Amino acid sequence: MGELAAFIILSAVILIPATVVVASRNIVRAALSLVPTFLGVTGFYIMLHAEFVAGIQVLIYAGAITVLILFVIMLTQGGSGEEVRQVNEQVPLGVTAAVWLAFLLLLVLPRTPWPLSPGRLPQYSAQAVGSAFLTNYVLIFEITSLVLLVALIGAIVIARREE
Amino acid sequence: MTVGLTHYLVVSSLLFCLGLYAVLTRRNAVAILMGIELMLNAGNINLVAFNRYVAPGAVTGHIFALVVITLAACEAAIGLALVMAAYRSLETVHVDEINVMKW
Repeated sequence: MGELAAFIILSAVILIPATVVVASRNIVRAALSLVPTFLGVTGFYIMLHAEFVAGIQVLIYAGAITVLILFVIMLTQGGSGEEVRQVNEQVPLGVTAAVWLAFLLLLVLPRTPWPLSPGRLPQYSAQAVGSAFLTNYVLIFEITSLVLLVALIGAIVIARREE
Repeated sequence: MTVGLTHYLVVSSLLFCLGLYAVLTRRNAVAILMGIELMLNAGNINLVAFNRYVAPGAVTGHIFALVVITLAACEAAIGLALVMAAYRSLETVHVDEINVMKW
């Protein structure tokens, strides 16, 4: 019962600020509304016994990405005022696409027989994740770090002011 | 009534549709990137929920969620750098006004 209550509260914490993110005319308010959404997703991860992913979610999403977005909003004034039109001409198309996709997914999801299995997660998921990263998934780990390096250099090169 | 896999999938699909709406209708490039972040979060919820309910013996879903979070950070950095570069040369962040190939 407590699990269901926590789930409902976390769903509200995710979906209501997400609606503000997509609908607010004030771009700073939209960016700050990302924070409760990300923290609600963190709560989901904790409910799903993924503590390490929850920690990384708080550090990277709620910490780094939101701050990055706020910095870029600050540096690119001019397009962010409330009196500027924030949506393009595709609002009917966007509403149609989003509502139809949601309708189809909500129709299909409860009827799909998922191959559920009743096992239990490892007791300390951080330890299991660490050893999996360094044994079976070491190639993914290395390539991801390479992509991170390339993205770091690329972001500096692209955002650098040309002389 | 306990919380099952379908509950998480329903919330994540609603979150994905909100992100899709933001990507399709926003003019501000930063807001489009925020919509992409919402969609990536929805995918991550799916990965972790399937790992918990379908394959609880392994941590494959956690691994993939961590990789997706890393790539989302890369994507945000590159995307926002592109927004800054476009703003510096074109003086706008509205994607429907960025319509020239060379300035």
